[in-house]
Amino acid sequence: GVNPDLASERQTASFSVEKLTAWLDGGAEHTRLRRAVVEAIECDPVFSRENQYFQSQNERYEAAVRKAVYLKKKMHEMGWSENGPEFKYIYRAVSGDIAFLLHRIFIRSISVLGSDKQIAKWIPLASQYQLIGSYAQTELGHGTYLQGLETTAVFDITTQEFILNTPKISAMKWWPGDMGRSATHTVVFAQLYIHGKCYGVHPFIVQIRSLQDHSLCPGITAGDIGPKMNFEHIDNGYLMLQNVRVPRENMLNKFCEVQPDGTYVRRGSPKINYFTMTTVRISLISDEVVTPLMKACTIAIRYSVVRRQSKLKPGEQEAKILDYQTQQEKLLPPLAAAYAFYFVNNYLQELFNSAYREIQRKNFDLLPELHALSSGFKALITQYCTSGVKTCLQACGGHGYSLLSGLPSLYTKILASCIYEGENTILFLQTARFLIKCFMAASTGQSLPPSVTYLAAVKPEKCPAKNKLDFLSPDIYTEAYQHTAVRLISSTAAKLQDLIQSGVKKHNAWNQCTVQLVQAAKAHCHYITVKNFAETVEKLETMTGIQKIMKHLCDLFALHGIFSNAGVFLHDGYISGAQMDMVTASYLDLLAIIRKDAVPLVDAFDFTDKSLNSALGSYDGQVYQRLYEWAQKSPTNKQMSPAYEKYLKPLLHNTLSKL
Amino acid sequence: ALVINDPDFQHEDLNFLSRSQRYEQAIRKSSLMVMKLREYGIADPEEIYWFKSFVHRGRPEPLDLHLGMFLPTLLTQATPEQQDRFFMPAWNLEIIGTYAQTEMGHGTHLRGLETTATYDPATQEFILNSPTVTSIKWWPGGLGKTSNHAIVLAQLYTQGQCKGLHAFIVPIRQLGTHEPLPGITVGDIGPKFGYDEMDNGYLKMDNFRIPRENMLMKYAQVEPDGTYVKPLSDKLTYGTMVFIRSLIVGDSARSLSRACTIAIRYSAVRHQSELKPGEPEPQILDYQTQQYKLFPLLATAYAFHFVGAYIKDTYHRISGDINEGDLSELPELHALTAGLKAFTSWTANAGIEECRMACGGHGYSRCSGIPDIYVTFTPSCTYEGENTVMMLQTARFLVKSYTQVSSGQRVTGMVSYLNDLSRQRIQPQHVAARTVTVRINDPASLVDAYKARAARLVEAAAKNLQAELNHRKSKEDAWNRTSVDLVRASEAHCHYVIVKLFTAKLSEISNAAVRAVLTELCLLYALYGISKNTGDFLQAGILTDAQITQVNQRVKELLAIIRPNAVALVDSFDFHDVHLGSVLGRYDGNVYENMFEWAKKSPLNKTEVHESFHKHLKPMQAKL
Repeated sequence: GVNPDLASERQTASFSVEKLTAWLDGGAEHTRLRRAVVEAIECDPVFSRENQYFQSQNERYEAAVRKAVYLKKKMHEMGWSENGPEFKYIYRAVSGDIAFLLHRIFIRSISVLGSDKQIAKWIPLASQYQLIGSYAQTELGHGTYLQGLETTAVFDITTQEFILNTPKISAMKWWPGDMGRSATHTVVFAQLYIHGKCYGVHPFIVQIRSLQDHSLCPGITAGDIGPKMNFEHIDNGYLMLQNVRVPRENMLNKFCEVQPDGTYVRRGSPKINYFTMTTVRISLISDEVVTPLMKACTIAIRYSVVRRQSKLKPGEQEAKILDYQTQQEKLLPPLAAAYAFYFVNNYLQELFNSAYREIQRKNFDLLPELHALSSGFKALITQYCTSGVKTCLQACGGHGYSLLSGLPSLYTKILASCIYEGENTILFLQTARFLIKCFMAASTGQSLPPSVTYLAAVKPEKCPAKNKLDFLSPDIYTEAYQHTAVRLISSTAAKLQDLIQSGVKKHNAWNQCTVQLVQAAKAHCHYITVKNFAETVEKLETMTGIQKIMKHLCDLFALHGIFSNAGVFLHDGYISGAQMDMVTASYLDLLAIIRKDAVPLVDAFDFTDKSLNSALGSYDGQVYQRLYEWAQKSPTNKQMSPAYEKYLKPLLHNTLSKL
Repeated sequence: ALVINDPDFQHEDLNFLSRSQRYEQAIRKSSLMVMKLREYGIADPEEIYWFKSFVHRGRPEPLDLHLGMFLPTLLTQATPEQQDRFFMPAWNLEIIGTYAQTEMGHGTHLRGLETTATYDPATQEFILNSPTVTSIKWWPGGLGKTSNHAIVLAQLYTQGQCKGLHAFIVPIRQLGTHEPLPGITVGDIGPKFGYDEMDNGYLKMDNFRIPRENMLMKYAQVEPDGTYVKPLSDKLTYGTMVFIRSLIVGDSARSLSRACTIAIRYSAVRHQSELKPGEPEPQILDYQTQQYKLFPLLATAYAFHFVGAYIKDTYHRISGDINEGDLSELPELHALTAGLKAFTSWTANAGIEECRMACGGHGYSRCSGIPDIYVTFTPSCTYEGENTVMMLQTARFLVKSYTQVSSGQRVTGMVSYLNDLSRQRIQPQHVAARTVTVRINDPASLVDAYKARAARLVEAAAKNLQAELNHRKSKEDAWNRTSVDLVRASEAHCHYVIVKLFTAKLSEISNAAVRAVLTELCLLYALYGISKNTGDFLQAGILTDAQITQVNQRVKELLAIIRPNAVALVDSFDFHDVHLGSVLGRYDGNVYENMFEWAKKSPLNKTEVHESFHKHLKPMQAKL
């Protein structure tokens, strides 16, 4: 049965959990489909994650390969296709614990960067797993900064081949997933040289392992890069190339081509190489970043109504820890953030879809805005969600530290997202560059992309709020965020101008302002998130119960941001000291209100127990029983440790005489 | 060097071993260590500490609880007869013990523990029971596989009455076979975030009987007929807690220092992007954003180092007083160490992660060593008192002191700034700030600014608490509804104490060059703290908008000033490469070639073609 402490939380829900779930899914029919897919995967023992926490790196890798291979078969059986509506739910159902994810990026990069001819040749091979692909960009000594890559591809006119080389150790490809052990092919990014002239970084398809016996091809050195904080199931790899030759046709050439005589032809924008990264950045937000935060909130909030500690009122039983204000302050802001970023992801997805349609028509106009937004939001969301998961982990005390809670692996996995696909600080600076440019354009009266038009608008100098209830008005707080974003962008732009006018070189001036620039970019993304949340709530008018609780979450998200960045809002007096006290009061009131719906709000995420894989977070709340049962499955309890016979026994007996 | 060069202590890189293997290695080294300590005749606790930290390279080990809790508890809480029975066998490791306090359902709130020890006068035994699932002992280190005895904390029942928590020596495994005794269920609690070497365990007792003489009876006693004799004072237990928390503060400083050493050395080796068009890629440590991530943490590591030393000294000084029966300073020290334990462990915990992030992708690899530092350090936010609870303990002391001041009494020690509040009471609100004129290049003046902030937040929390009390009946409820404010007040108090101690330290430094660079670090620590909490300083009117802008500007100038000394400042921590355990943080900076060497040893690389190819990939390709 369900633990009564958890059951009682569900009886007092102010809204229908099922309706909220359906709305989040985009309609009840999507919910049904998602559940069917999840059910089909989870009831299949091949996909079981039951022993995951007890497995070694080798075992995890093997299981991931087995699952990936088996999934192919399963999809065939179920009649699911890669383009079908079920597909996006499959990844969620296997919780990412599967190999060949980079294989998919291999496929996508060929579809985006390859010519029709290349697509026709490689995509069928790849989708039939006649080959296994990877995507080799990052090098041992070079990451986010693409121009710094050192791998070379020299065109040899006589043989019509490219000769690829790793000139020194820092140029070794390092980190690509699926490459350490699995991949037979990979897309290598290398500096293209023709007749001694460098044309910058280009993608090349390179075979690295034999299709017969999987041995390494001549000139190839490759292997696994060793244990990491997580991703034990993925064989992140290294790759060294020594005079490896590939035919001219292996350079992906939709946007640029080397002709047989060595003539270099460019079609379209050189920015297009960034498009794959933009695509990946946006696509990872939902599954890799927001979903883990939702899971962590589910685990921590359910556990916090089961766990009792100390007494709130003398004579009563110990209180649920979620009844403590300090616990609410830890867990409810991340919960609100999970919703906020879920909605921002929808916004980005729409933006991406329209930009993609334009790019297919070789119109690159939307690319700068999309690139700036995807960079900044990838950085903001990964940073925020990572710290949210960490807070959830720490809010579960000692038991959070056990792998069986599921939280450490959620944490170690999500925190990689702050680095891969662009290091966050660098991404914020890219957004900042776009913002400064737009701000300058606005001051000369030029038109701006939609997401930044606010930079040109004139707004009041003081926050008009009179009492704490005024701060529950979306107009009031959205304008506060907008004001702050404009102030930070404009003051940084002014500082940059001053420095340059006083004779400082442009690049030095930029470096001297980077701390402020990062802050400005964050403020911009934070503002868009709040605004988008408020607009989403507004559109909910037909669903009053859900609208009401979403409004509370939106308020909480916004006020928590002001409360925890008080100095930025106080700085020019836009919000006064007295108003800040009102913000604090409203913020603390909201904690107590949302507390009542906390469990229904995480139930609405609709994670199965198997997908949470947590002894603390299961739906029935039988926390302690489950911890005890799971612990007994630990290999340390099943096998007699050789340590006793080998070391403890001699220590306990024979050695005593020597002491 | 005694340890580092000893072939007996060598083994494969732990990152490549399974948990069982790591446990086995740790046990092997611990056994050897004990024998060598005796062989070399090392008995000084300080020397043992260093020996141990080199053998285990700062990692926990299965005998930690035996050496750190079991033996000391015997010394302090056992009667002379009990010491005769247990101490020498334990010293000689015939008995390996642990300390079983925490239960599955109960942690920091000790009174909630459920394990019972019921006295049976007929047989003169205690009957130990774990009455519920939540009462199973859970987490004690060394309990799962290593120990054959445990000191168990249980609610004592005698003559039908509960007498609260007491400690009992409980044998759990058969001497000789090491099998669990009848009535005892014991095992390992499974894999954790870190602590792979440690067999944290569970213990369930069913009507398990131990003789009356196994209750630790130096203070409280149960007589043969079941009569209970009360202990004299309970303040004495404060002493141990203060001591352990002071160790955690020191550990915060050390762990953060290690992470800073790795991140700063690596940032000097790593080159990325371009600062000036056409020039080679610069060291990433030349980027302002990178300096902004790392140098405040470096300053923090130094600050915590001084705080740790201060608490240790104060503890030793006060210990003398305690032995002479003077307990007057203990409550303040107890309250202060609770808060500082929380403040430093939270900050170090977040700081270690910052350092790892500052190393980009390679920080995420186990070879960087930072993941290991993090997972080993992070439980200190929970153990020995959960941090939020610790902050609220400090807050309780602050509110009490504030109440004393408002009723006309004077308070002493670190909270004496609250005395100023009563003098300014005639003025309207935010009084504390008025007297401060802050000079941002003068550490002493910054101490005053932090003092004013602490005073303001303590006062605000105390007033909010009073307002809640006026509205509500229950004290507990009012306290709970003010707890976010109370934690903020404690944090501000601790922050003030740290800035004050750091500043005070500067005058003790005789070498001018060292004093100059530490003064820069101290300024950076104080100013960075202001720039991260501008809201508090602005709202209280301690600093103006213009001053905040200056503070932000000054922080950035200090980054550039510290930059040339950054590597020297981490080299001064003097961590040996073996102790650092990091490919990125090597003293010689030969990072990339050694990463490649390290990776080649990965378990996945043991064979050229992984067995998964034959088992899964090949059959699939054949079918398609």
